[in-house]
Amino acid sequence: MGAPDYSIPGSVAPRPAFEAVSDAAPLSVAGAARTVAAVLAESQVEAVLDELERDLVGLAPVKQRIRDIAALLVIDKLRMNLGLQAETPSLHMSFTGNPGTGKTTVALRMAEILHRLGYVRKGHLVAVTRDDLVGQYIGHTAPKTREVLKKAMGGVLFIDEAYYLYRPENERDYGQEAIEILLQVMENQRDDLVVILAGYKDRMDTFFKSNPGLSSRIAHHLDFPDYTVDELQQIARRMLAQRHYHFGAGADAVFRDYLERRIRQPHFANARSVRNALDRARLRQASRLFAERERELGQDDLTTLLPVDLLASRVFADTQP
Amino acid sequence: MMTNPTGRLTQGQFSFLPDLTDAEINLQIEYGLRRGYAWSVEYTDDPHPRNTFWEMFGMPMFDLRDAAGVMLELRNCRQTFPHHYIRLVAFDSTRGIESITMSFIVNRPPSEPGFGLQRQEGPGRTLRYTLTPYATTRPEGERY
Repeated sequence: MGAPDYSIPGSVAPRPAFEAVSDAAPLSVAGAARTVAAVLAESQVEAVLDELERDLVGLAPVKQRIRDIAALLVIDKLRMNLGLQAETPSLHMSFTGNPGTGKTTVALRMAEILHRLGYVRKGHLVAVTRDDLVGQYIGHTAPKTREVLKKAMGGVLFIDEAYYLYRPENERDYGQEAIEILLQVMENQRDDLVVILAGYKDRMDTFFKSNPGLSSRIAHHLDFPDYTVDELQQIARRMLAQRHYHFGAGADAVFRDYLERRIRQPHFANARSVRNALDRARLRQASRLFAERERELGQDDLTTLLPVDLLASRVFADTQP
Repeated sequence: MMTNPTGRLTQGQFSFLPDLTDAEINLQIEYGLRRGYAWSVEYTDDPHPRNTFWEMFGMPMFDLRDAAGVMLELRNCRQTFPHHYIRLVAFDSTRGIESITMSFIVNRPPSEPGFGLQRQEGPGRTLRYTLTPYATTRPEGERY
């Protein structure tokens, strides 16, 4: 008695194919692209890759890996158009690297690339840490983790400092429960979301060692190298240009000197340290200009960072009397 | 049963149509999400039309971007209550609306016995009508 025995006008006609109506697949399979160029043109993934190349300094191994992944996805698309077997590749990733090496930035781009290629449907990034996944009392963790996973579906789930999820010193820690739910969804709903775990290299390594199930379900382990001094300087120039500042005469060389000293000091956080250093230089420039009450300030005065602004830094403390 | 020849419960949207397939449910959810609705899953085994408050299966799902999350909950609910009525409900939280905007049944018991109509004669020629679902003669949880 479940199905009605009357017929509805129009219901006999074949239902429209689900794929064609939904915005789920930006690439139409019916169009049947046969060349790499055609797929690239359709998905505009090349634009994202170029942007990645242009906007991000250094990170050569990471860029190469992203190109490889994009190539595989394009070829899979072609195989699918020809009706060949192309199972959804496992796209879960782990980003390891020192602080400030651009893990979050690349993750955002990754979501964009995967979306253009049609492997995630919405292309949004949900960034979470341990607090968002692990609950505070028994029975709290599972709904909390599931809620986050549901929000991330159709996009990318970025778990920052993922090693905090597992705390071996406390055997009743709820982090393990979150990991198990995560694993289950990563395995069963591979085409619904992509999980990216990020964290510092050494701690991620121990994290993966203690959770072999997690490590084996992640196909791509990307290691973010530290920036060289040249790259950091390039980054600094870009940051300044974005905020309409520039280095004055001699400031470039002073900043290079600053970087070389800063790298040797503890807690160096690559691009983040550069940004902080520039922010402090801006503060000093502001108070330097502030002191000259009567002077008329032109555009050049307001946008130039002089060597004085940098030399006042704590890093140069040992060279100055 | 002249008004409902198939004996199916007709509540909410699409209830005179054949059951929606999962792909069609998916499209409806996507539509709701595009309009910014929050979906939730509800179930009951009391089909009386005045039973408006069904049991909630988990919390309403705010801030979702993709239908896969709702479908996940729906699958869970179908597994837990395979012989209950399950409906999807969309809530619009826009100020001034703040109410349910969509609601449709996505799971039905295998057989729906329907309703019995009782007539009670009152003073004069008054007739009072009572609608009793045949299913509710048994206790909750054993009805279908």
